[in-house]
Parts: sequence; structure tokens; C-alpha cells
Amino acid sequence: MDKSEKIALGLSGFMLLIFFGGIMYAAIAEDIEVPTCITDMEPFATDTLFQTGPDTYELQMVARMWAFQPSEIRLPVGSTVDLYLTSQDIMHGFKIEDHNLNLMAIPGAINYMRVTFDKPGTFLFACHEFCGAAHHTMAGRVIIEERSESAETAGGV
Amino acid sequence: MSTETFRFSKSLKNLNALLIIIPMILLFVGVYGGLMQTLFRAGIIQSDPFMGGDYYKGLTIHGVLNAVVFTTFFAVALANALIPFSLKKALNSKMAWTSGILMLVGSVMAGFMMLIGEATVLYTFYPPLKAHPLFYIGLTLLVIGSWVAFASYIPMYLSWRKENPDKKTPLAVVGMLTTFIVWFIATLAVAVEILFMLLPWSLGLVDEINVMLARTLFWMFGHPLVYFWLLPAYVMYYSFMPKLADGKLFSDMAGRLVFMMFVVFSVPVGTHHQYMDPAIGSQWKLLHGVFTFAVALPSLITAFTLAASLEYAGRKRGGKGLFGWITKLPYFDKEKWFFSYLIAGLVIFIFGGISGIVNASYQMNTVVHNTAWIPGHFHLTVAGPVLLAFLGGSMYLIHQFLSKPVKMKGWTLSVPYIYTIGVFIFSWGMMRGGLLGMPRRTNTGASYANPDSVLYQPDWMPYIDISVVGGVIMFIAIVIYIVAFFATVFAKSESTEEEAVITFPISEPLHDEPSTWLRNFKPFIIITAILIILSYTPVIYDVVTSTYGGSLPYSPDSPVPLR
Ligand code: HEM
Ligand SMILES: [Cu+2]
Ligand SMILES: [Cu+2]
Repeated sequence: MDKSEKIALGLSGFMLLIFFGGIMYAAIAEDIEVPTCITDMEPFATDTLFQTGPDTYELQMVARMWAFQPSEIRLPVGSTVDLYLTSQDIMHGFKIEDHNLNLMAIPGAINYMRVTFDKPGTFLFACHEFCGAAHHTMAGRVIIEERSESAETAGGV
Repeated sequence: MSTETFRFSKSLKNLNALLIIIPMILLFVGVYGGLMQTLFRAGIIQSDPFMGGDYYKGLTIHGVLNAVVFTTFFAVALANALIPFSLKKALNSKMAWTSGILMLVGSVMAGFMMLIGEATVLYTFYPPLKAHPLFYIGLTLLVIGSWVAFASYIPMYLSWRKENPDKKTPLAVVGMLTTFIVWFIATLAVAVEILFMLLPWSLGLVDEINVMLARTLFWMFGHPLVYFWLLPAYVMYYSFMPKLADGKLFSDMAGRLVFMMFVVFSVPVGTHHQYMDPAIGSQWKLLHGVFTFAVALPSLITAFTLAASLEYAGRKRGGKGLFGWITKLPYFDKEKWFFSYLIAGLVIFIFGGISGIVNASYQMNTVVHNTAWIPGHFHLTVAGPVLLAFLGGSMYLIHQFLSKPVKMKGWTLSVPYIYTIGVFIFSWGMMRGGLLGMPRRTNTGASYANPDSVLYQPDWMPYIDISVVGGVIMFIAIVIYIVAFFATVFAKSESTEEEAVITFPISEPLHDEPSTWLRNFKPFIIITAILIILSYTPVIYDVVTSTYGGSLPYSPDSPVPLR
């Protein structure tokens, strides 16, 4: 092997190690994770939102052709939400604008991610997996209010 | 320098010409669909004259024809030419025809079902959206056809090895066999998905399907699929490009190492497409992420080896100084038109590779998953270097098999450069829009890009429009190519022979090492099998144990199940 080749190989490996270190740092030190396998949750078919602590909520969300339930979520700024998501029919996708929350909604499985809303505003969530003819109209909004007293949702059943 | 040639019988010549010409027509249909999609997405049109108003039907056709049909045909056509040429052994004519016919029949079946709207399920065909059974059967026939082709190469390779015990297998053959080994292992997973899950369910023999399991099997196939696209391009980069630039391949061993690494790491990485999925433990996703980084390594080695080979060529052509060699390469030499297809693709691939590492980076995937960033990324890979190498390769093969002169050489030479400009603009629009949250696989023109809709997103508009500009330029480049391609097909033949005499620009190595440990596929295939079992057993276990209930089939048009 030529010397330059060895150097190139070494540098490439080193670069990938650094990237990997970044991933591990984010996972361990910053607790930024991807969804994992959820086994301690009963399957649900309707949406619910309830408060679990001073600034914490649990939201059970349902995706179906062609709406999210709830389609509008109002929360005070600073809320942390344990968000559970499932689908009632086919695959859908859920990502909240400007937030690190991105979940596939899949029938027969419950997906979960925690998200904190630390700035006020209105944030779109648009379905991002093809789910049939009206897929492009399947969307909703999270509205984060400056100092609202309580959380509420709309568009549920 | 003596140019080696190899003679193909008339029947094989005709077969190979068919395997190149027919997918070219299908590619054009698919690319037309691509142009329409960019226009739909921007709200410029609501219906197109040929495919109607269904965006998602067009998108299915675009994905299947371009990314599955065209690529599979080309891989078989290239192997059908390159393996006999390199080993000096005739192809088994019966098997070659069987494979070609299976692939054609399968593609026509799948294509017809998509066209009549009975298979609007996109190229990933995720259940519980259900396609017509003939769509799944068509895809199966396409795959089986490619397996038959692969099976015909194995005895040629084995007997060559027996006859030449001390020689290294030609690198091009190693590359093509790697392509088909990766493909074979990958398609086993999708064969299980189709034959044991989708087909019986779509025929109504079973009622319900486990959606997560089907999806996981799909991606067990879906990631190696991208290497099946990439590997024939790598074969052309390693074997042809240095020679076309009047240089040598910097390191023969690097090439062999790269191919073996692809055999090992192509499959146990599939859940990196499922980072945002439920029912799979995040630790297993991380493991697949680690292997994904491992499979980035051969591409980095390739970047170095090819750059070093081109530097050698550029210096031989009189390039001086640290970077002077870059200016001396035959970018605009009409006789070396093939070079432009390879070099333009390599430049695009720098950006495809970088964005790919972003996607692969575990948590970072949260930002980009299923946004328009993703199609932005893969038009810089499969619709970039892979497409250009395959177009260059198709032109070269048709010119060789039909002994016709390449027509419109100036235009042919400029296609990759025009396309590169287009795809950079297109992908910039898509990726930037994706970062703002614009979803992929979405007819934005009917909602988010429609000022009359409550969903209108004005801040996405500039990027949607940018992707229109890029898409139009890409389309123009392809139209020029198709015209030149058919001008070549219908040109007057330069030969009076019925048979075809073929040659390829095969590069010699600059550094040639014995690399005995890289000569045999067997140990690498065994490692692969072990890695697949280790990386997929826990994933499948998680999926099976944490999902509940099955899914009835759905049509894309109604929220009520079909039965
Ligand atoms: C003129 C050239 C092309 C244009 C304008 C174009 C345009 C597009 C657009 C706008 C999308 C995204 C649609 C969406 O996510 O809603 C797309 C998706 C896609 N394109 Fe292309 N494309 C072109 C060529 C190609 C080629 C040559 C290939 C492959 C060899 C290709 C493979 C794909 C694939 C696999 C998808 C994903 C389909 C899906 O998400 O189901 N494209 N293309
Ligand atoms: Cu959707
Ligand atoms: Cu992948």
C-alpha cells in the first residue's frame, strides 16, 4: 500500500470516528435520542392530553386518513410533552416545524418522543408519509402561547 | 497498445441492445414524470396531459421506472457485456434470454398496473396500502430475471478461476459480481416480504398483515438496493475512468478492498431508514448507524483512489504544480465524451455523500427524515452519479454492440454538465425547503404552495420554485441525451458483420499488489451472513414482540379498508 493511501485511509477513519463521537455525545450528554421500542403502553384509539406535572404533559395522538387528532394543540411556553403517536389505518408521518420531533405513525405500533416547547409561536405539523389521495391536506398546528393558563386541544373526537 | 476485443453472437448482441434500448424509453417516461412533479409541487399545473391529475400515480411511476427498472436493466446489460469480455468466455445464451424476457415481462406488468392506477403505492409499496397482485408479481419477475442473469455468471467465474489459479480476477469482474452478490442477498429480504406477506394478502388469501414487519423487511432490501445502483457506477469509475484520462488506476488493491467492504457492510444497515420508527430499540438503530459509517469508508477510499488516479493522468498530460493537473483532464474532448459522464457524476457525488452522512447520523436524522431534503439528497446520488454513469455506459454499450458511431458528440459530451447544473439547483431547492419542514412525497401545489389554501406556506415558495428551475434544466439535459442516443441507435452501422465485436477502456493499475486475502469472496460472504444475523435478529424480535393487531388492506382513495 502506498504511503499516501495509508494516510488517506487513516484520516477517513479518524473523521468517521469524530462524527461517531458527536453522535454519542449528543445521545449521552445531551440526551438527544431517536424513538425506541415502547412496550409499557396500552394501545389507544382516541386522543387525550393531560397534565402530568407543573410544566409537563402527556399527549396521546392518533393519525388517520386524512387528519391528525388532535389537529390543534395549545400549550403554554415551556411545556414539555411526552408525545405518543399511533395510526388507525395506514402509515403517516409527523414532524413539528422548528422542533426536534419526527415520528412515523404506524398501525399496530406506538411511537414516542419527548419534546419541549421553549418559544412561543405557531408550528405546523404536516404529514410526511404518503397516505393516499388527500395526503397533502393532512396537517395541524401546535400553538405555543406566552402565558396561557391551561392546555387544550381541538379537532379530536 | 493492443486493444482487446471480444466477440458476441448475433443473438446476444440483439439481446443486449434490447436490454439497453427498452429501459431508455422507460427512463424517459419516468423522467417526464419527474418534470411534471416539480410543476405540480409548485402549483403550476394541476393535471398533465398524459398521466392525468394524480400526483402520486406519477410519483410511483417515476420512482419505480427510474430507480428500480432502469437501474436493474442497466446492471444486467453491463455485466452481460463486461464479464464475458473480461473473462473471455461466452455468455450462456439461453439463460441470458430467459433473464431478459423475465425482466421485460415483469416490468411491463408492473408498469401497466401503475399506469391504470391499480398500484399507486410508491416505489416502497408499504402496506397496508394495497396494489394489484400483478404489480407485486411483476416486480418479482424483474428480480427473478436478474437472478437468472447472476446465476449465468457464476459458472463462468468459477471455471475461469480454475483455469487461472494464480491470476487475480479482473477488477471489473470482481465489481460486477459484488454488485450481484449484494443484490442477491438484498432481494432475499424483499422476496420474503412479497411472497410470504404482500402477495397472499393482496390476493385475499390472508386478511391481515404486520405493517412494521413488512416495512423492516423492505428496508433490509432498500438500503443494499442503493449499493446495487452505485456499484456498477463504481465499476466504471475504477475500470474505465483512469484509462479514459490516459492514466492508470492508482491502486488495484484499493478497488478490491472497496468491493469486499461493500459485500460485508451493505445489508446490516437497513434500519438507518427507520430511525424515526416505533417498535425497534434505539440501541439496534445505533448499531446499524455504526455499520452505516463503516460503509462510508469504502466511498472515502474511492474518492481518494480516483482523485489520485486522475492526478496521475493529469500530470502525465502535462499538469504542473499542486493543482495544475486538474485543468489538464479531457473534460471537453469529444473523442472522450464518456469521461464527462464519469467526472460530472463524481463531482455531484461529493455532495450526495455529505448529505448522506447527515442522514445516517442517528439523531440528526430527526431534522431531515421524510422532508424534501431526502429527495434532494438522493437526486445527488442515484439521479446524479449513478444516472450519469449509466447514461454514459448505455451510450457506450449501444455504440459497441450495434457498431454505430456516437452521434452528436458535442451534445453528448455536454449532457452531464447541463444535468449537473440542473441537479445542483434542484437539490438545493429541495434540501433547503426540507430544512424548513417541507415534507417529501407531497403534492404541495394543492395545499402548502397554494395561496388560496389555509395551509399556504409562503416561506417555502422560493425553494419550491428553485426546484422547478433545476428540474427543467435536468429535463432538458435528458431530452438532449435521448435524442443523441436514438440518433446513435438509428445511425448507419460501421460494420458489415452480424456479430458484435466489443471492447472496453480497461485501466491498468499503477500500484499492483498481490492482495491474496482479497481474492476470494467466500470469507467475506460468511462475515456478511454473521453480521446480518447479529444486526437483524434483535430488530425483528423487537418488531414482532412489540406490535399488535394486523392491518387490513387499504386503497389510497378511501379511509375505509377494502375488506
Ligand atoms: C428530470 C429529471 C428529474 C426530475 C425533475 C425529478 C424530480 C423529482 C421530484 C420533484 C421528486 C420528489 C417528489 C416528492 O417527494 O413529492 C422526485 C422523487 C424521486 N426521484 Fe426524481 N427526478 C428526476 C430524475 C430522477 C432520476 C433519473 C431518478 C433515478 C434514477 C429519480 C429517482 C427518484 C426517486 C427514487 C424518487 C422518490 C420517489 C418517492 O418518494 O416515492 N429521479 N423526483
Ligand atoms: Cu400523509
Ligand atoms: Cu440507506
